Amino acid sequence: MTDRITEIWGERTPYGSGQDWPERVDQFLAEGLTGDDVDQWVQSACVLCSNGCGCDIAVKDGRMVGIRGRVQDRVNRGRLGPKGLYGSWQGETHKDRLTRPLIRVDGQLVETDWDTAMGRIVDRSKDLLASKGPLSHGFYTSGQLFLEEYYALGILGKAGIGTPHMDGNTRLCTATAAAALKESFGADGQPGSYTDIDHCSAMFLYGHNMAETQTVLWSRVLDRLDGPNPPRLVCVDPRDTEVARRAEVHLPVHPGTNLALMNGLIRELFTNGWIDEDYIERHTANVEQLRSVVDPWTPERVAETCGVDAADVRRAAEIFGTSDRVLSTVLQGFYQSAHATASACQVNNLHLLRGMLGSPGRGVLQMNGQPTAQNNRECGADGDLPAFRNWENEEHVRELAGIWNVDPGIIPHWAPPTHALQIFRYAEQGSIGLLWISATNPAVSMPQLSRIRDILRKDSLFLVVQDIYLSETAQCADVVLPCAAWGEKTGTFTNVDRTVHLSEKAVDPPGEAKSDLDVFLDYARRMEFKDKDGRPLLDWSGPEDGFEAWKECSRGRPCDYTGLSYAKLKGGSGIQWPCTDAHPDGIERLYTDGEFPTTPQYCESYGHDLLTGATTGETVYKATVQPGKAWFKALDYSPPHEEPDADYPLRYTTGRTVYHFHTRTKTGRSRRLNDAAPEPWIEMSVQDAASAGCKEGDIVRVTSRRGRLEVPVRVGDIRPGTVFAPFHYGYWDTPDGGTSEGGSPASPTRAANELTITEWDPVSKQPVFKNAAVRVERLRAGDGPSKAPDTAASRPATGGQP
Amino acid sequence: MKLPVYIGMLDEAEATLAASLRVVAEGHVDEPDVHLILQTLAKKCDVHREALKPVIERYGEDVEGEEEHRLTANGVTEIRSGPLALLLDLQDLYVLVHHIDVTWMLVGQAAQGDRDEELQRIVKQCEGDTELQIRWLKTRMKQAAPQALLVAE
Repeated sequence: MTDRITEIWGERTPYGSGQDWPERVDQFLAEGLTGDDVDQWVQSACVLCSNGCGCDIAVKDGRMVGIRGRVQDRVNRGRLGPKGLYGSWQGETHKDRLTRPLIRVDGQLVETDWDTAMGRIVDRSKDLLASKGPLSHGFYTSGQLFLEEYYALGILGKAGIGTPHMDGNTRLCTATAAAALKESFGADGQPGSYTDIDHCSAMFLYGHNMAETQTVLWSRVLDRLDGPNPPRLVCVDPRDTEVARRAEVHLPVHPGTNLALMNGLIRELFTNGWIDEDYIERHTANVEQLRSVVDPWTPERVAETCGVDAADVRRAAEIFGTSDRVLSTVLQGFYQSAHATASACQVNNLHLLRGMLGSPGRGVLQMNGQPTAQNNRECGADGDLPAFRNWENEEHVRELAGIWNVDPGIIPHWAPPTHALQIFRYAEQGSIGLLWISATNPAVSMPQLSRIRDILRKDSLFLVVQDIYLSETAQCADVVLPCAAWGEKTGTFTNVDRTVHLSEKAVDPPGEAKSDLDVFLDYARRMEFKDKDGRPLLDWSGPEDGFEAWKECSRGRPCDYTGLSYAKLKGGSGIQWPCTDAHPDGIERLYTDGEFPTTPQYCESYGHDLLTGATTGETVYKATVQPGKAWFKALDYSPPHEEPDADYPLRYTTGRTVYHFHTRTKTGRSRRLNDAAPEPWIEMSVQDAASAGCKEGDIVRVTSRRGRLEVPVRVGDIRPGTVFAPFHYGYWDTPDGGTSEGGSPASPTRAANELTITEWDPVSKQPVFKNAAVRVERLRAGDGPSKAPDTAASRPATGGQP
Repeated sequence: MKLPVYIGMLDEAEATLAASLRVVAEGHVDEPDVHLILQTLAKKCDVHREALKPVIERYGEDVEGEEEHRLTANGVTEIRSGPLALLLDLQDLYVLVHHIDVTWMLVGQAAQGDRDEELQRIVKQCEGDTELQIRWLKTRMKQAAPQALLVAE
């Protein structure tokens, strides 16, 4: 295997339209070992991005020593990306691993035993329940736990405590995908399949730097592009990403203007008659509203608003409108920007207008940002009711209460679930007194970090953090629980295209670390949560019990798992849901017959107003729905709330680099990955760098209304007027930040989210990380070029040369 | 002909609501959704007043007997403080919007009776926004009420 730091996507295996993606097995073992040295290969799937590549973990002498792609898996057919190869087990075996629980004593975190740590949590929990009731509790979880863990958390939060304050960092990564699917189709559930890449004749990537965020999926696209009859490619992204470089049309829109572009593309479809009148008539509702909303958005007006060429808007629309099989993928460039849900709905609308859903090569992939985000959405740890049930539907709540054998009244369903930033707001105001954070690091990943740090350190807040390392967030905790990582526990998880994988325990966790599931079950036991008959609410003995319980909960719902089992998931490929007795191999694409889950009795949501997030409500929904038909939801464009001005003349956007995942908890501890991108940077165009009087590698100060960064500059091919910062970097690996327990970093100028705004999409509640106004000043010369990677979107400016 | 009294009342009520929405928006900057969405809703009031202009011009500004018939609820001129502030401020807005909602309905009735197509069109254009303002306020208050009434101190 080639060095996958420099050759990110590995060797090409070109293939043509309609053919199977060829196999290619990637393997990486600890230095000096060969396959013969491996005692055992243990089945799993990779958790270092949202793609969900099937893999096997190499074990020798009770330790993880390598990884290999599973050739039989439908997702990757043997491949793995750089993060999986170099950061999976390597990122978990660092000496910093937490091995014992910690509690705060006299301001310091000190080691203790599980009984003491859990005792502290349970005492505070019971006190708060007695004095303030269930709304004093908040739970903020992850997109990186396993299905069984989310489901356990969902049950204990909703039926044990009864709090609506549950969310995950999936709010930051994938909430808009879920929201857009609910608004358009009536329920969550990915319409498309990765295999649509094998069949499509055109592919649109909206705010999706797939080359860096899902490298193996991008390998699949590259193999199509290098094969016979390749798909035509269109990219919407302000940066000159690898996707942009391979695209026939690149639309480098100003951050915050996606919706104007989308309305313009839809208008072109209407204007040129590139719509399927029959499909629209039979399978959709509201087309006239869509038509009137997009009507003002001529290509010229789009060009002026978005800063792109009108001719390119026409070309892109023509490719969408005239290609036979179109696949769209959408990610953070849309989800974390202004008008997130409305823009993502417009992608769905493009496909509905052409009837381009549910057949090979014709599909939508509303992507996820994390490997197990889908399960958080399904299991209800993000606030939604489990199995895509509708909190406004009394019958759904009764059904759930029946499954759990509890009084329906305890299940919070009287208001929308509390989204992440609102949970933090309640903690800020003091009405949430216990916040339990699992497997995520809001002290680096949330917007406006100075505020988040203040909240996490509040005296009135009892903060529980369970993680594998002492993250910036864990440093603020009152109790830190050491947890088992991937490969150290068993469970299942589901990727973007509904493929369910089993990930088996390969080795024991270090020290006294426990699986997150065991922690939740232990808490439920100690809290003595009971069902109506006085039996324990959560009596699972392990993950497989959890999976079996989940299957029952999912029965008859869109995400039906009843045809799956641990035994069935062993040995072969991952399997897509819905998987039932009638469809034992799963279903590859949803909505093949144009029937959508919008019937009032079945739908997951009655919908929202896209401008304000006002709920439609049961009465209006029932009066207006055409059961089984999809909704055209549309919104006119209005400028984002923070736009450049004289004081802050540049647009600021944040994002990812190929070598790191999230806040670098694991990838920053992998030598290869860390060396490839060791420190933060910002990207500026040649023109903007010249205006600021700075050159490659100079240290600059980037200031917004909320904070500042002081980092080296990479002069790159980003569009002029826009500044980009990778969001991965925090403070644990700086001299002061790593050790200042419970304190603020002395110099909080590394994390991109120091500058971001506290604002969220009105429907999905996803924070707006990709639109803020900043200014840049040169501070001093650096010691050479910045250490930003030269391999992908952050490469030095080429002046437009390939 | 007392319709002009009601049109004047509607115009003034929209102005009062716009100002009140902006007062509450500015007073609750720490609730970013409230801060931003109320400004969006205030802009809708501005649009409504703009839409009413031709009708007001048609009937003239000087309406006899207008003063005695005023019904307009008072606007919000300052925000409250304390744990119930947000909920009560939103509830004030809710009362104002409902006053407008029913006024649009009544003006719409008269416009139909008078076969005033211009006014009917304006009513049709605006009353949906008012209904949206009501729905958003309800959505947000439903979210805020349990925390404010049960836990906040």
